[in-house]
Amino acid sequence: MDAQAMHIANGIVNGPVSAIFVVVAVAVLAVCVVKARADLDDRLAPMAGLVAAFIFAVQMLNFQVLPGVSGHLLGGTLAVILVGPWVGALCVSTVLIVQCLLFADGGLTAIGLNITNMALLGTAAGYLLVAGLLRVLPKNPGGLGVTAFIASVVSVVVASQGFVLEYALGGTTQLSLPWISGTMAGTHVLIGIGEGLIAATTVATVARVRPDLVYALRRFRKPVVLEEAAA
Amino acid sequence: MGAGHAHPLYLDRAGRVHRLAAEVKIVAVLLFTIVVVLTPPTSFWAFLGYFVLLAAVSVAAAIPPLWLLKRATIELPFVLLAVALPFLGHGERVDWLGMSLSIEGLHGAWNIFAKGTLGVLASLMLAATTTMRDLILGLDRLRVPSVFTQIATFMLRYIDVLADDARRMRIARLSRGYDPRFLWQVKAFAVGVGSLFLRSYERGERVYLAMVSRGYTGRLPHVARDRAPAGQWAVSAALPIVSAGIAIAAAVLA
Repeated sequence: MDAQAMHIANGIVNGPVSAIFVVVAVAVLAVCVVKARADLDDRLAPMAGLVAAFIFAVQMLNFQVLPGVSGHLLGGTLAVILVGPWVGALCVSTVLIVQCLLFADGGLTAIGLNITNMALLGTAAGYLLVAGLLRVLPKNPGGLGVTAFIASVVSVVVASQGFVLEYALGGTTQLSLPWISGTMAGTHVLIGIGEGLIAATTVATVARVRPDLVYALRRFRKPVVLEEAAA
Repeated sequence: MGAGHAHPLYLDRAGRVHRLAAEVKIVAVLLFTIVVVLTPPTSFWAFLGYFVLLAAVSVAAAIPPLWLLKRATIELPFVLLAVALPFLGHGERVDWLGMSLSIEGLHGAWNIFAKGTLGVLASLMLAATTTMRDLILGLDRLRVPSVFTQIATFMLRYIDVLADDARRMRIARLSRGYDPRFLWQVKAFAVGVGSLFLRSYERGERVYLAMVSRGYTGRLPHVARDRAPAGQWAVSAALPIVSAGIAIAAAVLA
């Protein structure tokens, strides 16, 4: 009983609501494309590709939580920390589109719903938490790991509740909403913990070895002043 | 690596559908899926018609039916949801084999099952007949913003890089006599994930710089033809047009 065992399929949520969310997804992604253009330089372009590939690989891991209930990692928080919110949302959406077209995972008409949940809601929640937590936590690999863990758990649960909202608006069948909401949240807390551990170790390793690659730490970096120029 | 980056669902055949341009197939599948989703669940004949239509396409594409059925099991979690519905649904109920089933739930279950299956089959056929490179070129020709196609291109290149690096690291670990497989050895796995990422990034960075130094500007070069000929559009338009015809016929006859 889980819509993210694979992504939402065709026919789970009715046509009009699916169409509305396609419009929402396209509008927000258009903003992301404009904002991402400023971010995407020689260093970020390969990083964005690798993050997408990593998310793609990680989404293949399906957690069996109960019989018939499974879910998978989303990867939004990892993307936010390494490539920033705009490129991050685009990375997750690209993964979703390719999975939908090449792996028949997620319905073609539900693409707006899937992008809204996993690429937009999940990434936005992850970004807000990362930005907030990094103000208080230490800006070292350990602090970044803790941030990644907390932000992952919350963003995954937020993304799963996106499905509950869509289902409430246009579900084609009648199941009680509190029940769906509870099942989804329960499953996804477990998924979030798994996701948080993977995101935390990855991000902490990258921050330790190549801190210049971590987007979330860019703001806190001291500007480099060449000594000759200063002299 | 040189084999056109085939993906696990690609079926290397010389079918007629394989030769169509990717953008043509994407549009046809998208329109077909929209028609299917818009069909009211009670027009059973329409769904039968769609199924026959897809079967005809699979014959033209030289995809064995068994291959399709095996891959379609990806849909199983949703089928399980559908099976639960008649028991959980509200409203009027019927008795069948001693079980009390909700009519509304039965319709809901049929709706999810039929539309989900048709969508999965259509997507599988697209995947089976299109390589990753063609798909990205197709999306590019459909005017998808280049940021997307750029990320997707790198993603597909780096999946191979990731898999190769993971394999090398595993062999290196095994050849040093260490094979972590229990929960208390999870640290080895976690550290492995982190360094896998870094190693792949550095390898990927070199791939990117090599591409840039060979004139890569953010788009893959268009090799053979630039746009799909009108004939291909006409052929593949048959799928959405016939399905729309079936939908209308079912609505009129009902």
